[in-house]
Amino acid sequence: MSETITFTIDGVKVQGAGGQTILQAAQDAGVYIPRLCAKEELSPFGSCRVCTVLVDGRPQTACTYPIAEDMIVESDSEQVAAIRRDIIDMLFVEGNHYCMFCETSGDCELQALAYRFGITAPKFPYMFPKREIDMSHPEIFIDRDRCILCARCVRASRDLDEKAVFQFVGRGPDKRIAVNAESRLVDTNIDVTDEAISICPVGALIRKKGSYAVPYGQRKYDHEPIGSDIEKARKAE
Amino acid sequence: MSKNLKQAVTDICQGCDNDRNRLMDIVEAVQSQFGCVSGEALDLIAGAVSTTRVEVESVVSFYAFLSIRPKGEVVIRLCDDVIDEMKGSDEVAEAFRGELGIEFGQTTPDGKITLERTPCIGMCDQAPAALINDVVITYLGADQARHIVRSLREHMDPGKLVSRRGDGNNADDLVGAMVHNNIRQAGDVVLADMARGAGIRKAIVMTPVEVIRDVKTARLRGRGGAGFPTGMKWEFTRGAGGDKRYVLCNADEGEPGTFKDRVILTEQPDTLFEGMTIAGYAIGSDAGILYLRGEYAYLRPFLENVLSERRENGLLGENICGKDGFDFDIRIQMGAGAYICGEETALISSCEGRRGDPMTRPPFPAQKGYLAKPTCVNNVETYCCAARILEMGPGWFAQMGSQGSPGTKLLSVSGDCHKPGVYEVPFGIKLSKVLELCGAEAPIAVQVGGPSGQMVGPGEFERTICYDDLATGGSLMVFGPKRDPMKIASKFMEFFVEESCGYCTPCRVGNVLLKERLDKIIAGKGDPEDLEYLQDLGETVKFASRCGLGQTSANPVLSTLKNFMPCYEALIKAPQGALRQSFDIQAALSSAKAIAGHASTHYQE
Repeated sequence: MSETITFTIDGVKVQGAGGQTILQAAQDAGVYIPRLCAKEELSPFGSCRVCTVLVDGRPQTACTYPIAEDMIVESDSEQVAAIRRDIIDMLFVEGNHYCMFCETSGDCELQALAYRFGITAPKFPYMFPKREIDMSHPEIFIDRDRCILCARCVRASRDLDEKAVFQFVGRGPDKRIAVNAESRLVDTNIDVTDEAISICPVGALIRKKGSYAVPYGQRKYDHEPIGSDIEKARKAE
Repeated sequence: MSKNLKQAVTDICQGCDNDRNRLMDIVEAVQSQFGCVSGEALDLIAGAVSTTRVEVESVVSFYAFLSIRPKGEVVIRLCDDVIDEMKGSDEVAEAFRGELGIEFGQTTPDGKITLERTPCIGMCDQAPAALINDVVITYLGADQARHIVRSLREHMDPGKLVSRRGDGNNADDLVGAMVHNNIRQAGDVVLADMARGAGIRKAIVMTPVEVIRDVKTARLRGRGGAGFPTGMKWEFTRGAGGDKRYVLCNADEGEPGTFKDRVILTEQPDTLFEGMTIAGYAIGSDAGILYLRGEYAYLRPFLENVLSERRENGLLGENICGKDGFDFDIRIQMGAGAYICGEETALISSCEGRRGDPMTRPPFPAQKGYLAKPTCVNNVETYCCAARILEMGPGWFAQMGSQGSPGTKLLSVSGDCHKPGVYEVPFGIKLSKVLELCGAEAPIAVQVGGPSGQMVGPGEFERTICYDDLATGGSLMVFGPKRDPMKIASKFMEFFVEESCGYCTPCRVGNVLLKERLDKIIAGKGDPEDLEYLQDLGETVKFASRCGLGQTSANPVLSTLKNFMPCYEALIKAPQGALRQSFDIQAALSSAKAIAGHASTHYQE
């Protein structure tokens, strides 16, 4: 599976290894494709659709689509950017997000993507859902208001922590994250050091203590836009 | 009770070999026996099949016919389809509510009867209709609804509500349904009678590759709507390595306005099973699954009986028709109320005992499908066509229909017409001809292909029904002068909001947003810029959604914007002065007053 595959992304020829997804190969080449549900250590999921690109003219998610010889990928175009902006916008209005006092503000990938795409206020109307907050656990809480249903915790708990604490219940707009107990997180075998907690891209799974140890203004994405680390690698070459 | 539950769940799980992949069978059995899959049952099932409780909860909570909270002994599900509404389901709904003294979504205080709404149950040609447990009641009226409730209170036996049986096999003791076939026009392919084994016997004297060649020569394309060449699909599945392959039949006919598969299952089940068996021979599979939508559960005993007869006749089982080594059998997998399971990869997920979430493609089912094995999924009608192609020859089939769309197509016609029902027509027929056949009453609009298809106006009635022009999986709804295209579109959007699996963002959120803006315009509060907003949003949902549901769910909006713009324009008024039509200053201030806690001690709001 290690043969070299050459494909084109935004007019630039890029080489990747067989078996890689577009997202991985692009990243190795220093091309950042925005994403939310995708995370290196997790299996591809393809639910948020932020990494949508055009593959030979057809929309596909870069996080799930395998690279192939001579494939032409379009990622950095106004058409694709408009779609991504809409999706990010949708994720904001679907939940109840409190950036101004959220524990994750500045480290939040959703917020950072919004800034990268120049979104300062959503264009879609707020849906103001009523969602349950689970404060039962002494060290962790679930705020479903801020959940974007990316399944990172589902995958991380199952594959990295080997516990399978989280899973989705319901469907459509009523889909929500649930825990492996009657209803409360404290009744599961979750541990505060579990990967499932730290891997949440937003403020839906939070460690109760020390959330404000690093002040606003000095957090990860306060210094540079999301994706900069990947793009720097390219510029350095 | 608890001890009973424990024993029953243990028995049910053992009956399914404690197999996690058969979770659908398990939870359906528990639901039917106990009226719900309670928290206690979730724990018991999880233990028996070695999974987690939340995994089982995840599956149960996905399907409309399963529930964690208890439901009544009898569940009345009134069909919520747009056609049913046109035929008077609102009055029926009122009658049920009044007589039961409860709202939709509630159960009577004695815990006996639950009242719900359900999307299209495949009875649009005999609407209004309802499902009472597994029993279908058609041509409902308000008086009948009240009578049903009174009768149920007496005997609690939905079976006794069937006063007269329908035509054809609906009258068979194993079906015993008041459903009517309403076959208005039978063609030469699917609704023609076929002798048992006539196709298989022709197939087995050929090599599997030759069988596939015949299907390709006939240029058969999938009848579910997408129109993928069937022979090619079979070839891919056969060519994908490995020792095990599967033949799946999609009988999850859920597209509102479609019911032709129900008629095939009732009248020509042998042709269908024949086609599946031939597919098994062609792709090298020994196992087939018929995925039957939960709404058609009443057909199951009848279909099981056809399968046993075919086993007795040597048309299923080992060494079929004496052909050494040709083994194939079919089992029925019941769905449980989820439109998305008609999407082929969601159907596979459901067969594997999981949520009906579509899967990531690639890999495609032909490479990696059911239980990660190469799988060929086809529609009911497609398998029937394949059986007839083998029986009669590819040339016979290909000379029917049009150049790019050979053969016939079954149409389910409903709405404002004198003769709703099933029409088997040659492909390439003009829409105007179909409207004439069914006796359409001055139609102003026709929905071709169901909500996921398109709505066309009189200017397009001369277009033809085929893959290259007006493609349809079979649904054709006729709307007369009294109907409002935009309200119909809104009703369709409501359907997609309900039926989205919620996996991907654009479909889960986008459909809600589309409906919000459409309803705003319908309410007379639309602004001129809402038209562009709807177009852009619709295109985003279509472009970025993960599966066919989301990629077509914006069509009610996009196709009415395209074909019925005057309806929108009539509702959208130009802004008066500087203020937008949608801006209501009193409403805007009232929310600010509420936040500030300004509640008057004297003046009424």
